[in-house]
Amino acid sequence: MANTPSHPFYLQHHFSDAQQQKDSAKFGMWIFLLTEILLFGGLFCAYAVFRAWNHEMFYNAHLALDRVLGTINTFILITSSLTMALAIRGLQVNKARQAALYLGATLVFAAIFLVIKYFEYEHKIHLGQLPGKYYTYTGVAGTNPHIFFSIYFVMTGLHGLHIVGGMIVIAMMLVNTLRGKYSNEYYTPVELIGLYWHLVDLIWIYLFPFLYLIG
Amino acid sequence: MSEQHKEHILPIKAYLGVAGALFILTMVTVAVSYINLGGWNAVVAVSIASFKVSLVALFFMHLKYDNKINLFIFLIGISFVTLFIIFTMFDTLRRADIYEIKAKPIKEKAHIYERAPDDSTQQSDAAQH
Repeated sequence: MANTPSHPFYLQHHFSDAQQQKDSAKFGMWIFLLTEILLFGGLFCAYAVFRAWNHEMFYNAHLALDRVLGTINTFILITSSLTMALAIRGLQVNKARQAALYLGATLVFAAIFLVIKYFEYEHKIHLGQLPGKYYTYTGVAGTNPHIFFSIYFVMTGLHGLHIVGGMIVIAMMLVNTLRGKYSNEYYTPVELIGLYWHLVDLIWIYLFPFLYLIG
Repeated sequence: MSEQHKEHILPIKAYLGVAGALFILTMVTVAVSYINLGGWNAVVAVSIASFKVSLVALFFMHLKYDNKINLFIFLIGISFVTLFIIFTMFDTLRRADIYEIKAKPIKEKAHIYERAPDDSTQQSDAAQH
C-alpha cells in the first residue's frame, strides 16, 4: 500500500479517511467500556444489596481493611492515569520519546499498585479474612462477615486483573512507540488503551470509598 | 488531511490541575470518613467519588472535547447501572412489606456465621466444616 498523504499506511481500505477510522475505533472502544461498566455494575449492585442486609457487619468488617494503604493506592492509580493522559498528549504534540517515558511511568505506577495490593491480600490470607467457607477470622462482630470479604476479594480481584491486562497492552504500546510506530498523525491504539486505563481508574475511585471508607 | 484533525490538545497545566483536584478530593473523602455523620457518610463518599469520576471522564478521557456520542454511551452505562441498583434495592428492602421473609442459606448445607469477637468455640466448629 502506497504511503501517500491521501492514503497513509495506517488507513484500512474500508474507511474513507483517517478521521472516520479513528472515530469508529473510539466509538467501538466506548461500547466495550460500556460492557465493562455494566460488568462492574452487577458487582456494585451485589455490594449494595448485601450492605443493605448486613449494615452493621459491613461497617465492622470494613474497619479490617487498611485505610492508609487504600489511600496510597488511590493516589498511585490517579498518578498513573495522569501519566497515561500525558503520554497521549506527548504523541499529540509529536514527542514520541516523551510519550514512551510517560507510558513507562504508567507501567511503574501500575506495578506499585499491584505490589501494595499483594501485601494487603497476603495480610488478609494470613488472618483468614477470606471469602465463603475459607473464612476463619474471629475479629469481626456481626452475622456472616465472610460476605464482606467475598465481595472485597471479587471486586478488587477483578479490578486487579484489569490492571494486569492493561499493563500488558501498555507494554505493547510502549514497544511500538519506541519503534516509532506512532506520531501525531496516528496514535489511535494508545488513545484506546488510555480510555481503558482511565476506566480502570474510575472503577477504583468508586471501589475505594465503598470498601475502605464507608463499608 | 491535516485540516480534518480536530484534536483538542490540552496544555500540561490542565492535566496537572485535574490530577491536583483529584488528589485533594481524595484527601477530603478520606478525612470525612473519620468523622461519623451516620447515613450521610455514604452520601458524601458517593458524591465526592462521582465528582472525581466526572473530572476523569471529561478531561482525562477527553469526553468534554470528543464526539458527543461517546459521552452519551458513557452516560447510558452510568444511568443503567444506577437504575439497576435502585430497582434492586426497592425489591430487596421493601419485599418484607408485602409478605414475611426470613433469611436462610441459599444452599441448605451452606454455613451461616453467627459470631461475636473472641467466640472461639464457633470458630473451631466452622473450621471443621
